[in-house]
Order: sequence, then C-alpha cells, then structure tokens
Amino acid sequence: MHIIESGNVAAAFGVKMAEAAVIAAYPITPQTPLTEKLSELVDAGEMDAQYIPVESEHSALAVCIAASSAGSRTFTATSANGLLYMNEQLHWAAGARLPIVMCVVNRGIGAPWTVWNDHQDAISQRDTGWIQLYACDHQQIFDTVLKAFRLAETVSIPVMVCYDGYILSHTYMPFALPDMEAVRKFLPPFAPAYFLDPARPKNLNTVTLPDIRPDIRGETAPGYMEIRHNLHTDMRKSLDVLSDIEKEFKDIFGRGGYPFIEPYRVSDADYVAVCMGSLSYHLRDVIDTLRAEGISVGVAGLRVYRPFPDRAIADAFSHKKGLIVFEKALSYGNQGALFADIKSALYAKTDRPFVRNYILGLGGREIKTTELADALRNSCKPSSATTDRPEWIGLKM
Amino acid sequence: MRDDIIETRWHGRGGQGAITAAKIVAEAAFRSGYSGVVMAPTFGTERRGAPVFTSLKFAKSKIYDLSPITTPDMVIVLDHLLLEEVDVAAGLKPGGLVVVNSPKPPEAYRYEGMRVATADVTNIALSGGLPAGIVNTGIIGAFGKAAGLIPIDILCTAIETEFAGKNGKKNAEVARTTFENTRVGGL
Repeated sequence: MHIIESGNVAAAFGVKMAEAAVIAAYPITPQTPLTEKLSELVDAGEMDAQYIPVESEHSALAVCIAASSAGSRTFTATSANGLLYMNEQLHWAAGARLPIVMCVVNRGIGAPWTVWNDHQDAISQRDTGWIQLYACDHQQIFDTVLKAFRLAETVSIPVMVCYDGYILSHTYMPFALPDMEAVRKFLPPFAPAYFLDPARPKNLNTVTLPDIRPDIRGETAPGYMEIRHNLHTDMRKSLDVLSDIEKEFKDIFGRGGYPFIEPYRVSDADYVAVCMGSLSYHLRDVIDTLRAEGISVGVAGLRVYRPFPDRAIADAFSHKKGLIVFEKALSYGNQGALFADIKSALYAKTDRPFVRNYILGLGGREIKTTELADALRNSCKPSSATTDRPEWIGLKM
Repeated sequence: MRDDIIETRWHGRGGQGAITAAKIVAEAAFRSGYSGVVMAPTFGTERRGAPVFTSLKFAKSKIYDLSPITTPDMVIVLDHLLLEEVDVAAGLKPGGLVVVNSPKPPEAYRYEGMRVATADVTNIALSGGLPAGIVNTGIIGAFGKAAGLIPIDILCTAIETEFAGKNGKKNAEVARTTFENTRVGGL
C-alpha cells in the first residue's frame, strides 16, 4: 500500500513496523515531527512501546543506552546541535556495543544558528564508532530504518539513519508500506546475546586496564585496546553483513539491492559525480541533460559512510577518468571529508581517476540545478586534475 | 531539464491550510495516475497570518529533483488580498494559470499572457456549512475545474479521506460546488 506523507512520517512508520520497544527523544527542528508522530502512535496504542520524554538529547541517548543494555529494541532521533549534545553518549553506545538505531535528520550546526539542511552534523560524528547509512527518498528512509535495526542487532553496533532535513523530512511523496508479516520475516524480534538481568547481576563497561588480565572466573579478559580492535574489525565486517542484508531485503520486498553505491548511468560513464543523500537523486536530471549534450557522466549515491566502503569504491571507480565529489560538509582547514576518504580509497590503485571536490548547500543554501550542471561541465574534461582544496558552488562573495 | 513535470504553487496565509490543500491534491494526483508526486512546503519560519506558499509537482514517473519550483505552470491563491502583498505570478510560465479565491470575475484581473480562473470560495464554503474562513477544500474544486488534470471525483475522495467523518463529506461537497461555479477566463 502506498501512502503520501513526509519523510519524518516515513521514518516513524519504519520504527513502528520495526516494533521498537523503547523510544526516548528530545524535539529539535527538523526532526520534531518524527518524534511527535511516534509519541502519537504510542499514545493511540498503535505502537506497543515505551515513549520516554526527556529534558535533553544527552539524556535521550542515556535512556536508550539503558534500555538497550536491558535488551530492548531502542530508537532515538535528533538533528544538528542535538546530535552534538549526545556526543559523549554516542561514543559510549558504540563502545558498549549496543544496537541502538537513531535517525539523524541532517541540519547545519550553529553558531550561527541555522535550522536548514547540510551534512556537517553527521559527518562531524563519523569517528564515534556508529555505522552511518544515508537515504535519498522516503522509501529509502522507511526501508533503511528496517535494515538499520537488522544490521545493528546482527553486528552489535549502533546505526545512524541519516536523511536531509526539510528536503526530505518535510517534503511529501509517495512510498510503499509493506505487510507486517514480511517485515517480521526480515526483522525477527530482538534476541540480545547478553543483557542486564536483575537475577544475574553484573558490571558492564567498568574501568578496563591497559593490559589484559584474568577476570573473576580466571579467564583472560580483553583489555581496552582489544575491545577497540574488536569494534574496528566488526565495523569492517559489517560491510559484508550489510551486503547480505540488502540482498535479503530485495528478495523479500523487491526493492533496493545497492548496499554501498547506488549508481545512475555510471557503468558506461567516463566521469562520475559522487555524493550522499537526496542530492544524488537531484543530480539524476542533471546527468540526463549533460548526456544529451554528449558529456559521458553518471552519478553515484553513497549509501553507507561508516564503515567506509573503500574497496567497493576503488573497484567501481578506479578505471574512470574522473570523479567529482559534491559535499554538504567540510573538514575545516583541509577539504571535504568524503573527498579525502575517496582519494584515500583510490590510492592503492595505480590507474586512478582525477578527483575534484565541490562544497555546496551549507546551511540550506539553495542548490540550483543550473549550478550543478555548470560544475560538471567544467569538471568533466580530460584536462581536469585532482585538486587538494575544494571549490564552492553558490558562494556569494 | 524534464518538461513532463506539472509544477503548481499554492499561496495562502500561515494557518489557512494551503499545505493541507496541496497534500490532498498530491494524494488525488497519485491516485489518478501521476506516480511521481512531490509536495514541498515553505521551509523554516512560518507564522500565522503571514503569506506562505507550498510547491506541488506531479508527473507520470518518479520525480528525483526536489529543488523548489521557480517556473510554475499554475499558481493557486487561497486569499485574493494576497495579490496585493505577494507577486503570486513570479516565474509563471507563459500561458500559465492563476486560480484565485475571489468574488470577482476573471476579467477583473490582468496577468499578461496568462489565464485567470476565479471562484468565490469564501461564500460557497460558508453556504456549504463550513466555519468562516475555511477555504482550503473549496479551492481544490476551483483548481480541479481550471486545471482539468485530475477528475473532481478523485479530488473529492481525497478530501473525504483527509477529513474523517461528516466533515469530510461537507468539505468534499464544497469542493464540488466550487468546481461547478468556477469561472475560467481566456488568454
């Protein structure tokens, strides 16, 4: 069944159909309608969940950490400065290996205040140990929430589902809601390997000494460094898990099939535009226009940013002539974070494309289709070379 | 860029229900075969009573470009007094359509190279038993008649779906009466 609703409501229905048991969230634009919808669903008895109102984002994630430690399927959502306020707890949730799912409704960060879209909030949290998935439209928001719970619970790592504030969160478009039966087949009830149980008291995540040592049963317990190593290797392995989950999702629901990179007119293209989120769909019309002009270009939307699908990127693009990376975020004093990551992924290949970087749309600056077309016309040339600093689109200096 | 996308812009005041109107039309467009539908409200800082607008695009296939409408095919105005405050025809394509809730005939308005349609939605809605100032369902009937893209029956069904119970019927009837009483001017 298709319904026409906002991106926030698409996310809320994903959480409902995932049968999350505990939700704790603090409202912040443009995430607010998502948590409002969830509180309505719980209040109306349409969702069998605890909705726990809190006084801040830090507390929201603290509640989720507790609920997840107790073995509940747990969800929260935030945006921008709310995500930053969670920062300490973000690291904690990942270090504690809790399969919490959080929607990050992407918004620029203050100061100065902005409520509009860019990706600086999520990108600035890339090293917290959370998996980051990006959605391009409402169907992907809904589907990705389901996949996120499945992935988080399989690898015991929390997952952010990122989607563009306003552009997706407040825009209405049609999307399909599957049967509950199919959802349950894809996402069985959460069965944690271990959880807090009053009958079997234990300490979790206590001070861990620099070196390994015997635990109370005399078995060698991992030290801090081993625990970090395990988080990293499990993050890397989660790429394969994500790939399997994507395949299974497609078998059941008939959609998706692109765990890492969603391509449009890429296979025969000399040049490829690369970006994350709704912009990769916006670029499709631009690609059609440029193809009609004889420019051999396609667009690839990156669906996962952490763990970074570096091998998939190297395999997909090393034989191309050029990559043009469009980013709504910046690593100040260096370059776009995605741009740096992509260059790094290609470094091991001897035959590699030039890579250029455009920063755009910060704080909701309108991204004009004509500007995207001009940027690609200027870049998709044999004479282009890899740059070490980004160029800016739509900057009025 | 794509020329198969029908771009409409809905002008109202904060709290008047322009977004709800566009949402209902989005639903009706989808049910009548436009599988690509995107409705994007003004983003950010809406205030009650202040002029607001919302964009609705629809096409026979999925729409990927969510950027704001700059060259609408038609604009729909919920309050004719807005015409004095807002350039509602900004960017309107040549031969485009202006649909206005107004007691005046289309000839009372001059938009060079554009068609104008009017309906006295405010009074039709009052006569139809709606509270004073509820015009966002009646205007859908005027849009239905002037645009001729979506059958009035499908528009009325979408209205009834949006408002459950007796209110839905009443609002749908107002839209139908407005449809029958919309005057469409020439070029």
